[in-house]
Amino acid sequence: MAHADTHAADHHDHDHKPSGIGRWLFATNHKDIGTMYMVFALIMFFVGGAMALLIRLELFKPGMQFFDPGFYNSLVTSHALVMIFGGVMPAFVGLANWMIPLQIGAPDMALPRMNNYSFWILPFAFTLLISSFFTAGGGPAGGWTLYPPLSLQAGDSFPLTIFAIHMMGASSIMGAINVIVTIMNMRAPGMTLLKLPLFCWTWLITAYLLIAVMPVLAGAVTMLLTDHYFGTSFFNPAGGGDPVMYQHIFWFFGHPEVYILILPAFGVVSEIIPTFSRKPLFGYDAMVYATASIAFLSFIVWAHHMFTVGMPLSGQMFFMMSTMLIAVPTGVKVFNWTTTMWRGSLSFEPPMLFALAFLFLFTIGGFSGLMLAIAPADFQYQDTYFVVAHFHYVLVPGAVFAIMAGVYYWLPKWTGHMYSMSLAKWHFWLSTVSVNILFFPQHFLGLAGMPRRIPDYSTQFTDWNMVSSVGGFIFGFSQILFVVVIWQCVRGGEKATDKVWDGRMDGLEWTVSSPAPYHSFETAPEIH
Amino acid sequence: MAAPGSHRALTGRLLLFAAGSFAFGFALVPLYSVLCKVWDTGNRWYGTQTAQASVVERPVVDRVVTVEFIASVPHAGDWEFAPHVTSMQVHPGKLYSAEFHAKNLTGMAVVAQAVPSIAPTTVARYFKKTECFCFRPQNFARDESREMPIRFIVDPDLPPDIDRITLSYSFFDLPRTAAAGR
Repeated sequence: MAHADTHAADHHDHDHKPSGIGRWLFATNHKDIGTMYMVFALIMFFVGGAMALLIRLELFKPGMQFFDPGFYNSLVTSHALVMIFGGVMPAFVGLANWMIPLQIGAPDMALPRMNNYSFWILPFAFTLLISSFFTAGGGPAGGWTLYPPLSLQAGDSFPLTIFAIHMMGASSIMGAINVIVTIMNMRAPGMTLLKLPLFCWTWLITAYLLIAVMPVLAGAVTMLLTDHYFGTSFFNPAGGGDPVMYQHIFWFFGHPEVYILILPAFGVVSEIIPTFSRKPLFGYDAMVYATASIAFLSFIVWAHHMFTVGMPLSGQMFFMMSTMLIAVPTGVKVFNWTTTMWRGSLSFEPPMLFALAFLFLFTIGGFSGLMLAIAPADFQYQDTYFVVAHFHYVLVPGAVFAIMAGVYYWLPKWTGHMYSMSLAKWHFWLSTVSVNILFFPQHFLGLAGMPRRIPDYSTQFTDWNMVSSVGGFIFGFSQILFVVVIWQCVRGGEKATDKVWDGRMDGLEWTVSSPAPYHSFETAPEIH
Repeated sequence: MAAPGSHRALTGRLLLFAAGSFAFGFALVPLYSVLCKVWDTGNRWYGTQTAQASVVERPVVDRVVTVEFIASVPHAGDWEFAPHVTSMQVHPGKLYSAEFHAKNLTGMAVVAQAVPSIAPTTVARYFKKTECFCFRPQNFARDESREMPIRFIVDPDLPPDIDRITLSYSFFDLPRTAAAGR
């Protein structure tokens, strides 16, 4: 394998880095690739965020203010695709690249060349997706789920969107394979699977989910493509197909996908809470088994996204019950995090603050998920802002806050500098307060009957929409602080110690210097 | 650390796994058809039942069920397509007929196919058609208009809580949908 040779060649020249643009273009170093993933995710977070602010701008008051409905629909669709595939997923892959070799005592990722490909596909994929805004008919406007027949009626953006999704899928699958091979083959001697840090465990399970379902999405969008251009009738009733089948295939991917977005977040939080509670994680084994159970259950609940399409009562019962079952392992996790803090000596550094906000706000999202799981009630909630509020609670103060927590936790290890704690706390408080102003009223809007994916609405929804928009703008602009903190920390600052935090530091990543050496563990550490 | 060779083996297995998942996505297509048949959801065009032309009528005269008809065309302006009556009162176990009117406005000769759907989906198995224009593709000359019949019987075993059945037809013109996409 190539990495073994490089490794040997670099042995005498410990911190030798390739210079110039080539360092990034031809990067095979897990830290360089991790950094690129994180920066890419941050840029996409702002691109998707800008789209979100345009959406909130239009929804500030009833009536059509700024955009025509077609462009509004493109914004909604692209916002979702950019945030999911360009923001959250690459951010977690970036964290995985940076931290997995450091946490398992490996010199690098197992497949550095593939690592390079999997990153560099992404900018091209998103260039394709965003360039589709400039084609005849505008950007993709049928919703990120691309349900036919609506998605097939798109203009020239249609093939661009499909190919972009193919590329994102290929990138994720390569990233996932890399994670699995690294964790399976490159753990330090003595690190058995049940000594693996939880971040690695959640990523290992996520990687298997990715390999199991990203190809199914690729299959579904390929069927859309052939239905549109090659006369097949997978989803076309005239030829014996069925558009409802698309929804089944899509959500067979889609539900595991939502766990792909949240499981690594569980891992990050499971690292941070013990550190700042100064206690070992409560119920490590239970956490691992709970994660695996959630992953398994994710494959048998998909139709709860589509209770209203018409399915037999027995089907609705099954999907309702299996969905509610997910609350059990998730409850185990929330219980264990809480119990880890019980009688701990807590301190509230920025990573801990974000982890605590995650714990509290993700649980709110979990509860609204349980409400949506009740099939008879879902007929009322389906396609309302209640659903929007639910998945934004689990994704923004859920996944995104966990990413921020992870960045604040490991940033001194990456850069070798401490960052401004006061600015980071400003970022935290502004984000946490505004994210609730932004999304909590959407529960009320949804329960009152406001449908999602509309640029205009009845006047009785005005007040809460205004509140939500105000929250949205505060949240959006607060994120500039995040960039400022990171930028300052990269540029300089107080020197970070190897251990970085005054807390309980169990992980191997805290045994190397800060900043972590360019090549991680050249000699594998011993694990006891 | 494991020997480098095992990276390749594991990568190979994982790639195979990914390829298997891709294939599984396509395997869901026939699987879906099978499950729809088993569960009789009526989403699919075979959801409504075809009965023999010589069904035995045993009307339940003390029960009345409303049957509603809906007609739609995916491309507005291509067809006139509508039921003669939008609803009928029927007795279960008695044979009825209804007619749909269709006129080809596409400006050329086309072959069209009507795709039925029934609501609530659970009644699909109790709604039997002895004759329907949806059983086969319909040839239409340019500007041709035609009355198209269906004959149906509602099974007397229809669950007692059902008092209304909606039958919907979408009228597709085949060459365009099949060959040119949309």
